[in-house]
Amino acid sequence: MSAAELTDLSILELSKQLRERALSSEEATRACLQQIEKLDPKVKAFLLVDAEGALAAARASDERRRSGGAEGVLDGVPVALKDIMLTEGVETTCGSKILKGFIPPYDATVVRLLKQAGSPILGKLNQDEFAMGSSTERSAFFPTRNPWSLDRTPGGSSGGSAAAVAGRLVFGTLGTDTGGSIRQPAALTGTVGVKPTYGRVSRYGVIAFGSSLDQVGPIARTVSDAAALLQVIAVHDPKDSTSAQNQAPDYRANLEQGVKGLKLGLPKEYFLPGMDPEVESAVRDAAREYERLGAQVKEISLPHTKYALATYYLIAPAEASSNLARYDGVRYGLRVGGSKGLAEMYFQTRAQGFGPEVKRRIMLGTYALSAGYYDAYYLKAQKVRTLIRRDFASAFEQVDAIISPTSPVTAFKLGEKTEDPLAMYLMDVFTLPCNLAGLPGASLPCGFSASGLPIGLQILARPFDEALMLRIARAFEREHDFFRKKPALA
Amino acid sequence: MKLTLAEVRHVATLARLSLTPEEEALYQSQLSAILDAVEQLRALDTEKLEPTSHAATADVPLREDVVEPSLDPQKALANAPATVGTFFAVPSILE
Repeated sequence: MSAAELTDLSILELSKQLRERALSSEEATRACLQQIEKLDPKVKAFLLVDAEGALAAARASDERRRSGGAEGVLDGVPVALKDIMLTEGVETTCGSKILKGFIPPYDATVVRLLKQAGSPILGKLNQDEFAMGSSTERSAFFPTRNPWSLDRTPGGSSGGSAAAVAGRLVFGTLGTDTGGSIRQPAALTGTVGVKPTYGRVSRYGVIAFGSSLDQVGPIARTVSDAAALLQVIAVHDPKDSTSAQNQAPDYRANLEQGVKGLKLGLPKEYFLPGMDPEVESAVRDAAREYERLGAQVKEISLPHTKYALATYYLIAPAEASSNLARYDGVRYGLRVGGSKGLAEMYFQTRAQGFGPEVKRRIMLGTYALSAGYYDAYYLKAQKVRTLIRRDFASAFEQVDAIISPTSPVTAFKLGEKTEDPLAMYLMDVFTLPCNLAGLPGASLPCGFSASGLPIGLQILARPFDEALMLRIARAFEREHDFFRKKPALA
Repeated sequence: MKLTLAEVRHVATLARLSLTPEEEALYQSQLSAILDAVEQLRALDTEKLEPTSHAATADVPLREDVVEPSLDPQKALANAPATVGTFFAVPSILE
């Protein structure tokens, strides 16, 4: 099997071959490394490749296999991580110059869980700086390109995580999602992305952006693969005080049960004038497909949707301005200046270490929290957030899940939206209400545009109902072969 | 809502960010545009609503207070730009 054929396997297909000893983890890991060497100069998904570490872990997995100790689905399956996750001894930058050279002294909980499951970790993936962006063009290092069309963005902020999976550089990845940063790049690259319920996955050791919104989740090529990855990381963690204590169910147990008898809501506010007509028609086709499969699809209303963008762009920057206060040149990362004292060192370090989008959000968040404006902006946004949560709570009294477009457009060109922050913020208009409400959300491919760009379908479910959400996603996936299509370059 | 240059500078000082004159002008216009866009929230009557400060839907109980080994000081200091003994070193605070 060539490297290109091998890396085209799904996680579960590879896992089966490892179990049957048809392939070794070392072979699978070397195939990924070959694909990275061949394709990543074009895609630019990786900030760092840890060939040595991944191969050592692969050989350890093969040794466990020989001695009968390998049991888990992920044992020997190579993965890669968004660079927002701390990896002990391996540089972690969060896409920022301010953390260039930072070598974490410990693993994030999700990293520890993947290592315990036996996954070799191939390296760290590009992202918008501190996860602030929707195109991965805000990385301090270089933009990542969409494997389906190299002059287009893969979305963001987990653009490296999505592009690496779509480009067949790796079998699966982890990203983070604060306002759509897993689902929007999954939609733009034709992959499956899952943002779990707030609290489902530990954020310990994951660099904080908007702490009331951030979640870690998988990106993979199939729903079952995403479910397998989620299973490993959806574990209570006493080191994250927001980590849920309820035990995660078996996410793959009921995946094939279909949608017969389920009620799905199609929110009318998620079809906007100005959105890409090909996206709208693919999503409406998907809704009809669900009806054909036995679900009842009804139009619903989430009346405060139009306020979600403004609410999010007050709350997330406010939390970010507070979280990013820690980058002060004292304990880690860049330090600039200091000859004129401590205060001057703070000002210079942060001025030179942060990029333009991060500074913009720190400024916006600081303003929204400042004396005289807190009530008018931050508190107001928190109250509107209550209305947005209530919209979903009443919708879920009528329906079991909500389906919608993930992104209003398909992959856009590099540079197309970087001049106008508000145009870029609009890319998250359908994904961020889910974060404000703390719900689980997924994106899966539901078609391609005439020019061959993937289109994403979003599924939202009740808190902690990931199993049902994945089952609904799988029911659609089973009827199509979108996930079998691969970009020409791969 | 148009931010003044003085307001931009005040916010930058609160955020400990040194801005160039070009950045001040850029953020003055961009932040003004963003604040205009969020003005629409004023249309909503939220007086009687409780704010939502987080989205946790499950209980968030406290864990047992158990003594555990913490990060080794050498590891904790390894990324610091400057150290003295087992301390982080910073430039002088007072003249």
